[in-house]
Amino acid sequence: MPSARYTREIPQRYRLEAGKCSSCGKVYYPPRRVCPCGGRDFETVTLSDTGKVVTYTIIRVGPSDFADEVPYGLGIVEVDGGVRLMAQLVDVPLEEIKAGMPVRLEFRKIYQEGEAGIICYGHKAVPA
Amino acid sequence: MRDVAIIGVGANPKWGELWGQSLRDIFVEAALAAIDDAGVDHVDGMYVGCMSSGLFAGQEHIGSLLADYLGQRHLPATRVESACASGGAAVKMAALEVASGHSDIVLAGGVEKMTDVGGGDATYALGTAADAEYECYHGATFPGLYAMIARAHMDRYGTTPEMLAQVAVKNHDNGALNAMAQYPFHIRAKQVLDSIMVADPLHILDCSPITDGAAAAILCPLETAKKLSKKLPIKIAGFGHATDTIQLAQREDMTWLGATAKAAEQAFEMAGVAPKDVDLFEVHDCFTIAELVVIESLGLVGKGEAGKATLEGRTARDGDLPVNTSGGLKSKGHPVGATGVAQVMEVVKQLRGEAGERQVKDAKRGLTQNMGGSGGSAVVHILEVA
Repeated sequence: MPSARYTREIPQRYRLEAGKCSSCGKVYYPPRRVCPCGGRDFETVTLSDTGKVVTYTIIRVGPSDFADEVPYGLGIVEVDGGVRLMAQLVDVPLEEIKAGMPVRLEFRKIYQEGEAGIICYGHKAVPA
Repeated sequence: MRDVAIIGVGANPKWGELWGQSLRDIFVEAALAAIDDAGVDHVDGMYVGCMSSGLFAGQEHIGSLLADYLGQRHLPATRVESACASGGAAVKMAALEVASGHSDIVLAGGVEKMTDVGGGDATYALGTAADAEYECYHGATFPGLYAMIARAHMDRYGTTPEMLAQVAVKNHDNGALNAMAQYPFHIRAKQVLDSIMVADPLHILDCSPITDGAAAAILCPLETAKKLSKKLPIKIAGFGHATDTIQLAQREDMTWLGATAKAAEQAFEMAGVAPKDVDLFEVHDCFTIAELVVIESLGLVGKGEAGKATLEGRTARDGDLPVNTSGGLKSKGHPVGATGVAQVMEVVKQLRGEAGERQVKDAKRGLTQNMGGSGGSAVVHILEVA
């Protein structure tokens, strides 16, 4: 990944910054420029780092960047306040992952681009 | 706007791992089959559905490439991309070009040459139909996204792995009768359930395969169809096209395909018919769970009822809602850009009474539903005997 592409996502990925529509109050993660309500003014807000698993899977055949990680849990997490995002589910035995499970988002290494590439960070969900 | 008819359809004769043939080879084979089927001597325009010739074959600009190799120098030709709904979108663009009066004979094609790269690169290329920055970044795969839809459907409605497996069994039963199918054989539910897990709860036999293939259709104004071709004209009675959030996480209901529901609503309204008036359905079963949520979102069965309807045989060839008589993506194969066009081809063959052992008796009207990504794009066509 070119470093510019990586760097510009840092506020969202590292700090969980989201955009709250000034017209209707809906929060978007990642932030966007236009809300379906028509609003174009957004306030930067930070997502809660706690929430629950909405749905999940266990990836057993993974993309090449994650080939050494399989099997791993991957789910959609609804953080407190209602915003949903995708995150790996870690530090939990795979068979214990369930919808509704309370989780906390922790800053972690996500993957590494080969031997000389960028180390990519973000959030993973751990049992709360 | 003029009414539009389909007067020719064709595909390369056998879908699968075609190592001896290139992207241009398989497309030209399909396009010539459709041109010969219609019996026309030229086309005025061409739209080609293709998801990712760049990543799969290192080739962009395929409008020029394919028109050139089809022997149609200077033909206006455009590639259309909507991930796995590219083929359906190409048919819609061709229909609009004929309907507008701009062109009289337009070829709608679709192609994907997927086996020139290995499994890892193919997984990467398909993954680009998801949100690269917020889904793939975290290790999502397409089986993984549909697995999350399956898990949500199971938790909410009690859908079971056996219900999912029955979709595969039923579609292979149909595909076993289709000479072009990549995997034209029967499978048993136990084989599906015993096959390796790719992304829980989806096994490898819940997934459609990686396929090289192409398909094409010839469209013209309905009023001149009988002059241009000896084939029974099949009218495009309605179409619909809609999008939804690209990210699965941002859907309010992960067991519902909003784009498909919207596209179907438009198509039914345009055709002036309801699901009960349709004799067969070709839908996007990229994974077994996809067929279940699609037939619910199309309104063929109620929410949460698709698994039960499948186990009861309602979606079998002889059921009251025949779904995927071609074998679907599961058995016939899923060359992503070609799939939407091949769905149209199956319905045309059924409506002409040319489907052989797969023939649905007295079929007069059929529907196709083609979708991209985890449901972020959908195109629906309703075809009927003119």
